[in-house]
Amino acid sequence: MSITLTAERSRTQQAPVFHVVEEHAHPEGSSTMLGFWIYLMSDCLIFAVLFATYGVLGGNYAAGPSPKDLFDLPLVALNTAMLLFSSITYGFAMLAMEKGRVSQTQLWLAVTGLFGAAFLAIELYEFAHLIHIGATPQRSAFLSSFFTLVGTHGLHVTFGLVWLVTLMVQVNKRGLIPANRRRLMCLSLFWHFLDVIWIGVFTFVYLMGMLR
Amino acid sequence: MIDTSTVATHPLFGRLTLESFPYHEPIVVATFVAVVLGGIALVAALSYFRLWGYLWKEWFTTVDHKRIGIMYMVLGLIMLLRGFADAIMMRLQQAIAFGGSEGYLNAHHYDQIFTAHGVIMIFFVAMPFVTGLMNYVVPLQIGARDVSFPFLNNFSFWMTVGGAVLIMVSLFVGEFARTGWLAYPPLSNIAYSPETGVDYYIWALQIAGVGTTLSGINLICTIVKMRAPGMTMMKMPVFTWTSLCTNVLIVASFPILTATLVLLSLDRYVGTNFFTNDLGGSPMMYVNLIWIWGHPEVYILILPVFGIFSEVTSTFSGKKLFGYTSMVYATVVITILSYLVWLHHFFTMGSGASVNSFFGITTMIISIPTGAKIFNWLFTMYRGRIRFELPMMWTVAFMLTFVVGGMTGVLLAVPPADFVLHNSLFLIAHFHNVIIGGVLFGLFAGIYYWWPKAFGFRLDPFWGKVSFWCWVVGFWVAFMPLYVLGLMGVTRRLRVFEDPSLQIWFQIAAVGAVLIAAGIGAFLLQIAVSVWKRRELVDRTGDPWDGRTLEWATSSPPPDYNFAFTPMIHDNDAWWDMKKRGYKRPLGGYKAIHMPSNSGTGVILAGISVVLGFALVWYIWWLAAVSFVALLAAAIHHTFNYHRDFHIPADVVVRTENERTRLLSGQV
Repeated sequence: MSITLTAERSRTQQAPVFHVVEEHAHPEGSSTMLGFWIYLMSDCLIFAVLFATYGVLGGNYAAGPSPKDLFDLPLVALNTAMLLFSSITYGFAMLAMEKGRVSQTQLWLAVTGLFGAAFLAIELYEFAHLIHIGATPQRSAFLSSFFTLVGTHGLHVTFGLVWLVTLMVQVNKRGLIPANRRRLMCLSLFWHFLDVIWIGVFTFVYLMGMLR
Repeated sequence: MIDTSTVATHPLFGRLTLESFPYHEPIVVATFVAVVLGGIALVAALSYFRLWGYLWKEWFTTVDHKRIGIMYMVLGLIMLLRGFADAIMMRLQQAIAFGGSEGYLNAHHYDQIFTAHGVIMIFFVAMPFVTGLMNYVVPLQIGARDVSFPFLNNFSFWMTVGGAVLIMVSLFVGEFARTGWLAYPPLSNIAYSPETGVDYYIWALQIAGVGTTLSGINLICTIVKMRAPGMTMMKMPVFTWTSLCTNVLIVASFPILTATLVLLSLDRYVGTNFFTNDLGGSPMMYVNLIWIWGHPEVYILILPVFGIFSEVTSTFSGKKLFGYTSMVYATVVITILSYLVWLHHFFTMGSGASVNSFFGITTMIISIPTGAKIFNWLFTMYRGRIRFELPMMWTVAFMLTFVVGGMTGVLLAVPPADFVLHNSLFLIAHFHNVIIGGVLFGLFAGIYYWWPKAFGFRLDPFWGKVSFWCWVVGFWVAFMPLYVLGLMGVTRRLRVFEDPSLQIWFQIAAVGAVLIAAGIGAFLLQIAVSVWKRRELVDRTGDPWDGRTLEWATSSPPPDYNFAFTPMIHDNDAWWDMKKRGYKRPLGGYKAIHMPSNSGTGVILAGISVVLGFALVWYIWWLAAVSFVALLAAAIHHTFNYHRDFHIPADVVVRTENERTRLLSGQV
């Protein structure tokens, strides 16, 4: 009631303004971070489906190998370290970007890319080994959901690498202009997001798999 | 990768052979001839009138939310004709296939028809219509110049078109799925559906799904970030609110569909065992996942339509909407509850009494906020000065029809009743009752309501009323018999019948379908007549209905930049408030306006996606690889373009606004 009264009073006291004379600017890219964040959440749901599928079907070995027969935890730990390091170095790249240092940013981006590539190489080695010993995605529902969950994460890292290289070319061409900074921020979100997903994979698939 | 031992694949053409073309099906051949002739006529006409350049520059590459919205509506209308052709074929088949008659459709063809009908009506009719209206109206209602990501909007539209194109291709090259519209495994898995049908289904939905998800993200950002100053969340028009909730639902459910279809394609292409019967797979996992997307999907369709009814009811009753706050809360509650009911689609799975009770109760609870909305509309009308223009007529028809559909839904929500009615024609009658009586009636209300805004003239009321009565009566005649048949135990998707006592009900239903056909015909005729008589039906004010929200503050059709000056909002019904308090339209001081530029990349990316989808359907691996690389290259190439905006010069704005001043003062 009191709110209505105040509004009424202010209406009678001053002539209402119905449009903005000075251009009400939405600076370019002002919605980008929000939009990209929402995109990441939608991507997160894809992983949620894959985690749920692994949760439901992950125990269906169909008389085939189980996690204990297959997983090599030290190798996965090394792999995890690669990805976590790549997140840290991406952080350094962002700090360099904030200071406007182009070559330092590029250097840390390159290091990030190398760590990411190392992660992928180890993952591919693991997959090749599993397929070689007959633990293929076709063998059981457990292996289908394992390969799909871990492989989808790997695919994301691969696209992240393609994106990273593209951005390095663009930073090289145009420097740290606002558009490029925004893009680097988006990739940063993407990269850390993949790190978080991997923590889930490592815990839920590998560590808990060994306890199963 | 693929288990090629079962399918012979040619290195160049994959599994595409001459036999893939259904030239032995006379109905398909006749359709094909008609489509080719129509296509040639269209291309010839466009070339003759030299319209290609205009179409490309002004429409296909546009990033203007209004034009993209209109293109969505055109897509929906075209696909409605296809989806309805499927419907009337089914009605005819079921009306005559009695007493040993096989009807006129063989099982192979009939099964494709009912699948295509469902898929097309949901994904390529209802979704484009809903997205089109949201695209057109939301930025205008919030006083914005465009959406947050204008290029993405264009890309989303063309991806939706891409999915539709792939489905249309399946009519003439190969076949469509014969699995029902949700393609349940194990039937949809490679062992039982080795042909191309399910692959067309998968890739059409995946391509269109990318567009839908991105458009959802885009509209959420637009509503959150681009509102005019003064428009707090609780001052947003109800249609904007329902659009916001719908787009939240889109972003929170379409990824689930994407992931589920990926798993199904892995089963089909790689031979994994997610949904197979052996090696640990679980078909019911698919059914759960697809309905975790599928149930929110029905609310994606109905929520924006609730918004349309709210706008229409309040405008045509000349009153503020009754219970704005409760309307908003009801919408939000429905948004949340829509995620807690998916299991009611398969109570018969056998999850046990406790699980079924939980989902039965949550389903019944949804009727509470929905009922609150119905009462809000009724109370808005109460003591209002109601004008029974076409949008209001559709709204009243909706309220009467939808309540019946809602109540049969609550019946189905009772698990023991559902065990009797599951997969029966009662269910078919129920969901057509809410989708036609709810979504479609609402879309018509919205089309009639906003048409003058989009084109500057009203739709001819006479043919509109003919269409209205044909549709509404046709709906009741077509679907009430299905309730009866369902209660007598007739299940869905049947092609031939034994019991002659059932035939009369199917014949009545066929009459209803013919009435609906007349309704569609009258609607098309109405558009033609209205274009013909556009000078008589013209609206120069931009506010033909004495509207209440911001879209009526600008001219009809609005200029590219929507508003010469960004409006300031003081009230829920912003335009009503402006009119009541003596708002004077500014006549000078215009400035240059910053706008996004057009881009052809959306068309190109979607075109490559269609080729990629086609190659994957037919196992043409080299083409799939080439088009995938091309897709990636085109996308990356687009990111190297940093010049995506321009300014509309001040003198252009001056000219446009002076023209409007002239129209408003009546010196035409």
